[in-house]
Formats: sequence, structure tokens, C-alpha cells
Amino acid sequence: MSARWVLAQSSGEPFIDWEWVVTHVDDMWEATVEHVTLTVIAVVFGIVISFGLALISLRWRRTYAPVTWVTGILYTIPSLAMFTFFVPIFGLSMITAQIALVSYTLLILIRNIVAGVDGVPDHITEAAIGMGMTPRRTFLDVHLPLALPAIIAGIRIATVTTIGLVTITVLIGQGGYGVFILRGIRRQFLTEILVGTVLSVILAVVIDAVLLAVGRWATPWTRTRAPS
Amino acid sequence: MDPHESAVLMELLADVFAWFADPANWTGSRGMLTRLWEHVAISTLSTLIAVVLTLPPALYLGHRGTGGFLAVSAVNVGRAVPSFGIVGIMFPITLAIPFLASPLGFWATLIALVLLAMPPIFVNAYTGVTDVDPSLVEAARGMGMTESEVLRRVEMPLAAPLTMAGIRTAAVAVVATATLGALVGFDGLGRYIINGFAQGNDVLIVVGGLTVAILAVITELGFGWVERRTDPLRHQRRPRGDGFPEQPVVIDAV
Repeated sequence: MSARWVLAQSSGEPFIDWEWVVTHVDDMWEATVEHVTLTVIAVVFGIVISFGLALISLRWRRTYAPVTWVTGILYTIPSLAMFTFFVPIFGLSMITAQIALVSYTLLILIRNIVAGVDGVPDHITEAAIGMGMTPRRTFLDVHLPLALPAIIAGIRIATVTTIGLVTITVLIGQGGYGVFILRGIRRQFLTEILVGTVLSVILAVVIDAVLLAVGRWATPWTRTRAPS
Repeated sequence: MDPHESAVLMELLADVFAWFADPANWTGSRGMLTRLWEHVAISTLSTLIAVVLTLPPALYLGHRGTGGFLAVSAVNVGRAVPSFGIVGIMFPITLAIPFLASPLGFWATLIALVLLAMPPIFVNAYTGVTDVDPSLVEAARGMGMTESEVLRRVEMPLAAPLTMAGIRTAAVAVVATATLGALVGFDGLGRYIINGFAQGNDVLIVVGGLTVAILAVITELGFGWVERRTDPLRHQRRPRGDGFPEQPVVIDAV
């Protein structure tokens, strides 16, 4: 079975078939667009749902335990298993992929939103109330901005994790870098598998850096240090 | 969902139930028991190997207080590298090495799972030791403990809960990823899912998915139970007033 690859090695061909890489740049670009699209949709839906659930958890504290319990189970269920539950309903489709991807982001995001808001010191909340701010204003103008670093940290983790998971969606007919990995496995062609994997890592690193920069820009006060 | 569709779904659920109820599907070399055993065995083996390879350096570096960069890198690399990619890369590589080529897919899956399990174990064990209150370590040294005693009798017990949490995270990821072994010729529970996809057989797909999901949840809850039992401070740590379960929160991924 391994004849092809072994042959390539023994005949003195390089470890990586650079010619294949150079001739498939267009495919890589196409896969990048698909991969980013799948990731962005999943993270945006994840953020919207998580904010809803986090607000409920913050408003009615008793709901936090069940919310983390349920999203914890969703987080634990392997994404491939999650696909299988929805393939009979939605087929090998984008919806099936998104259900698994979104459900995986929820626990990370909700925990960080709630922890971020909880981390706001009491004296700040008291000062806001003392200034006559309504609870709504206190939440929007004081709690939320101060929770932003934790929230952005959660979004970064969720996004990087999702980028890795998107590779598996090729199994249910979606695109992205997983196409290279799966095709490479079928053809026992290391170069193609490496290209899919490395591109996924690069995308994760780049998007993480972008989110880090956005986070720094959105929270300028975290950069200022009082003179000691 | 129209009535016809929901009827089809009910029928599918009945078929899945009938599949599990049929003893013929459980026995034999392609039966559920064999598949379950393959899956559990490779998951246990790879987690154990990862623990043996990772814990000693993590605990030692934690004690020395060096290697923080390694820990941070392990977190980031572990998160960014897709597990599907690691399994894939290992496949042609193991095939090219004569003594790793057979049984087909076994070594590729095993090595990939070990690599996948190492970062969370390393990071949590390392952090567990470095998080120990320095005054406790100071006190232990003052009592005349040797460095090795400080590590074994003070730091390691206090780091136990976090270390176990790392092993739990690793084990759950391993159980999930072992499913992908079916793509490179290893069987396990992924065989049902991959064959089901190939044949368009929804019953097989759901049978495989359901079993893997249950196995992952059992792994998570089982390790969580062990984690609480092995916490040396379990009698001292009072439940917090609000009664919420203690949840680790990752605030910053550097």
C-alpha cells in the first residue's frame, strides 16, 4: 500500500513534493476562503448564543450551573459524533457542520463572559451605582468593557479551536483545508496532508494575532500603567 | 420538519435501537464489543504513554520554575494543530517504516494520539506545581526536606487536582480523536461512522456516533470523579457559598 510513498523516498525524491505545492496555490486559496467562512459563521453564531446564555446566567444565577453543565456535555461530545446525530436530519450539509462547530464554542465563551463580568471589583460597581447609574447602564458601560479582556480571550480560544475542528467537516462534504488532509490520506501523499495541516496552523496563528490586536485596540486602558 | 420526515426519523431511531438489541451485532471480530475494546484499548494505551513521557519533565520543570516558555508553547501548539492533521501525517510516515506499517493504521493512530495528549498533561502538571504557594515550599525546606521530598510530598499532592484535570482533558480528546483512526485503517468505533458515511447507512452512522459520545462523556465524568477523590485537600476545601461547581477558566492564551 505504501509503495508510492516509499518509492518516492527511495528514488531520492524530496520529503515534500514542492512542485505539487506550487501548482496547487489556487486550490489552497479556495480552501482558505471556505475554511475562513466556516470558521467565521461558527464563531459569530457561537458568540451570539453565548451572550444570550451568559446574560441569562448573570441575571438569574441559578441557571449558571445547568447552562455550564449542558454546554459542558456539548463540549465533551466529539464533533464527529455530533455530526452523526444531525446527518440523518440535515444530510451532509453546512447546517450539520455548523451545529457541531457552534456547540463546541459555547462552553468556552460563556465561561469567559461570566468570569469576566464576575471579575469586576465590587467597589467599581458600587461607585457606578453611587454615581446614579441604572443597573442597565452599569452593565453596559462598566461591567461589559471591564470584562472585555476575558471575553476576547474566550473568543480567541474558541476561534483557534474551531479552525482546527473545521478540518474534520470534510467528512460530511464541507470544504476547507480538510480536503487536502483527507485526499492526502486516501492517496498516501504526505505533501498534501502536510499542506492541509500547516495551512490550518498558519490560519489559526494569523487569526489569533488579529484578534489579539483587535483586543488591544478595544481595551486601550489595559495598556496604560500608572507610574510607580 | 414535515410529518413524513419525522416518521423517517422515528423509523431511524427504531432501527438504531434494533441494531443495539441484536446480539449478532455485539459479537464476532467485527462486533461492537471488539470495536469498543479496540477504541478503549488504544485510548488507554496512548494516554498512559503520554502520562509517562510528559509528567516527569513537567513536574521537574515546575519544581525548578523554569520552562514557562515551553508550557505556553505547548498550550498554543496543542490548540492550533488539528488532530485530523496529526493522524493524517502519521499515516504515510508509519507506512514507510517497516516495523510500524502493521497492523494497518494502529501505529499511526497511537503516535498521533500520544502527541495530542501530551500538551494538556504537560501544561496542567507544570502549572499545578508552579502555582503552589511559595511559602509552603519555603516551610518544607525549612523543615529539612530535600528537594526531591519537597516535590514528592508537598508540590505533587497540591498539584494533583490540576494534574488530573490535564489528564482528563487529554483522555477525552484522545477518545474523540481515536475515531479518526478509522480513516487510516485502524478500526475502533470510528469504523461504524466511516463505513456508514461511505455506504450512506444512517443507522451505522448514528450507532457509531452515539457510542463514541457516550464513551467520551463517561471518560469526562469518570476522570472528574477520580480528580475529586485524589485531591488531598478535598476535606479542607469548603464548597463556595454559591454552590457552583468549580470551573477552571482560561483567561489568556498568550
